[in-house]
Amino acid sequence: MAASPEYLTGDSVVRGGAAGPTPDPHVTGEAAALVAVSAYGSSAVERRRRGGTPWRWVLGAILPAVLLALWWAASHLGWVPVFKLPTPESVVLAAVDLAQRGVLWEYIGISTQRVLLGFLIGSVVGLALGSLVGLSRLADSFLSPTIGAARAVPSLAWVPLLVLYLGFGEDSKVTLVAIGAVFPVYTTVAGALRHVDPHLVELGRAYGFHGLRLLSAVQLPAVIPAIVSGLRLALAQAWLFLVAAELLGSTMGLGFLLIESQNNGRIDRLFLAIIVLAVLGKITDTLVGLLERQLLKRWG
Amino acid sequence: MTLVDVSAAPALPVRISGVQRRFPAPDGGERVVLRDIDLDIRPGEIVALLGPSGCGKSTLLRLVSGLDRADGGEVTIGGTPVAPVDQRSAVAFQEPRLLPWRSIERNVELGLPRGTARQAGRARVGELLRLVQLGHATGLRPRQISGGMAQRASLARALARNPGVLLLDEPFGALDALTRLTMQDLLLEVHAAEPATIILVTHDVDEALQLADRIVLLGGEPGIPGATIRRVLEVGKKRPRDRGDAQLAILRTELLSLLGVETHHPEDYITKAIKAQRAKRLAEPAGPDA
Repeated sequence: MAASPEYLTGDSVVRGGAAGPTPDPHVTGEAAALVAVSAYGSSAVERRRRGGTPWRWVLGAILPAVLLALWWAASHLGWVPVFKLPTPESVVLAAVDLAQRGVLWEYIGISTQRVLLGFLIGSVVGLALGSLVGLSRLADSFLSPTIGAARAVPSLAWVPLLVLYLGFGEDSKVTLVAIGAVFPVYTTVAGALRHVDPHLVELGRAYGFHGLRLLSAVQLPAVIPAIVSGLRLALAQAWLFLVAAELLGSTMGLGFLLIESQNNGRIDRLFLAIIVLAVLGKITDTLVGLLERQLLKRWG
Repeated sequence: MTLVDVSAAPALPVRISGVQRRFPAPDGGERVVLRDIDLDIRPGEIVALLGPSGCGKSTLLRLVSGLDRADGGEVTIGGTPVAPVDQRSAVAFQEPRLLPWRSIERNVELGLPRGTARQAGRARVGELLRLVQLGHATGLRPRQISGGMAQRASLARALARNPGVLLLDEPFGALDALTRLTMQDLLLEVHAAEPATIILVTHDVDEALQLADRIVLLGGEPGIPGATIRRVLEVGKKRPRDRGDAQLAILRTELLSLLGVETHHPEDYITKAIKAQRAKRLAEPAGPDA
């Protein structure tokens, strides 16, 4: 078998070696049937491991339930003073209050919109840059030092400059989120394209594929697993950069809720903002995870 | 043959004249890999390139395919020089090199000439898959099939190109001994159905004897860098050939000793057998084909 180590990243399996597993050339006849069976078998094992069984959900829910109970106890039994740790009920009340005034939905909506727009723009730019640098040695030498330096700039350092150039509006925030999303996609795509099985690329060339046709027929499909894991990382980065953008200069959004609550001493709303960010991040990550599973089934 | 196909291209002749290939050496100089290669291959002929590992067999095949260019001399197919990635030839490699995300059928489709009509292409792929006995496996992924099946799919993909010249780079080298024998028979069936000129790189003397019209032995000569043609042997027997044939056994011994392999035959075995063979040939002027 070609060396193809498997990396577990969260719920996803990323196959090392962009070409994926190749059939063992020494296997024939009955052994082939066994290979086929074990291929199906292993996917069944994967399915069992990845979920679908209620036990998985039960196990995953235990820790949040314990944390909630501890939180309740700590706030109600006076282990921690209320101005440092609000009660769970007060956080729910804060949520109901903000929801009734329509502010909560507005903040969630605007933050999600900023993340999705920035993520989309950043992913497309990252994919284009990554393809260029991964495929062309010239582009690699020309661009990668500069891109590497830009990537090294901490997210918060961009904020004053973006505000100066683009103002306090949506543009500066979406741009910052896009900056956050570009680099994970760029890095994974460029790296994976550099390591596409040269045998497959030569095969494509021998059968008359070159340029964009070679890219779409051989190189991009070979790196789809890497692209998807890059997208997942990019989404996490997008939320990270969103909060950075909203903390420093905004009038709405979950980051704004955080900073405003800190200034007003509304620790219940502070907790609410953090919990909403966790839930939103998990939901979007799960959606990308579902997409990933479909893509890996087709291309993995 | 019953399996006649209208879209199969006619077999083309290959001429290799004065070909040389050098590669840059690690010390900054150049290393001659091939030199003074002259070979004329008739249309529809099966030629085996035989030689020790690293003697440049695959390099020569790549020169014919257009994947690589000669530093000197010329390779022509059907009278015109080989172009980079020549449409008139198709290569099958030692590894099947199937795209893991495509079904077997879609992998074979990759070989179809550009601009093939969808319907005609599908029909052609189906026909080729049946020819290589993969009619039952069209929808499977490469990881679900055995090495022998993958190699057959790779062969079908090469044939989908309707090549005038089929180039096979140790196509059965990675298969187990039994599968290799059945694949050899299959290749002969394929050749009968799609009579392209075949150049086959192999390090397996028996395979060469079983398949080839002519065996071209590549190797070096002492004191001169680079490999060249040391011997061209006309096998001159009808196919399919008896694997236990005495004449083939003699050729085998000859080839192995040329390759420097100890055959462990008794000292006078070769001379006796060859003498007997020569006497027989002289006695029968009709030739060894009879």
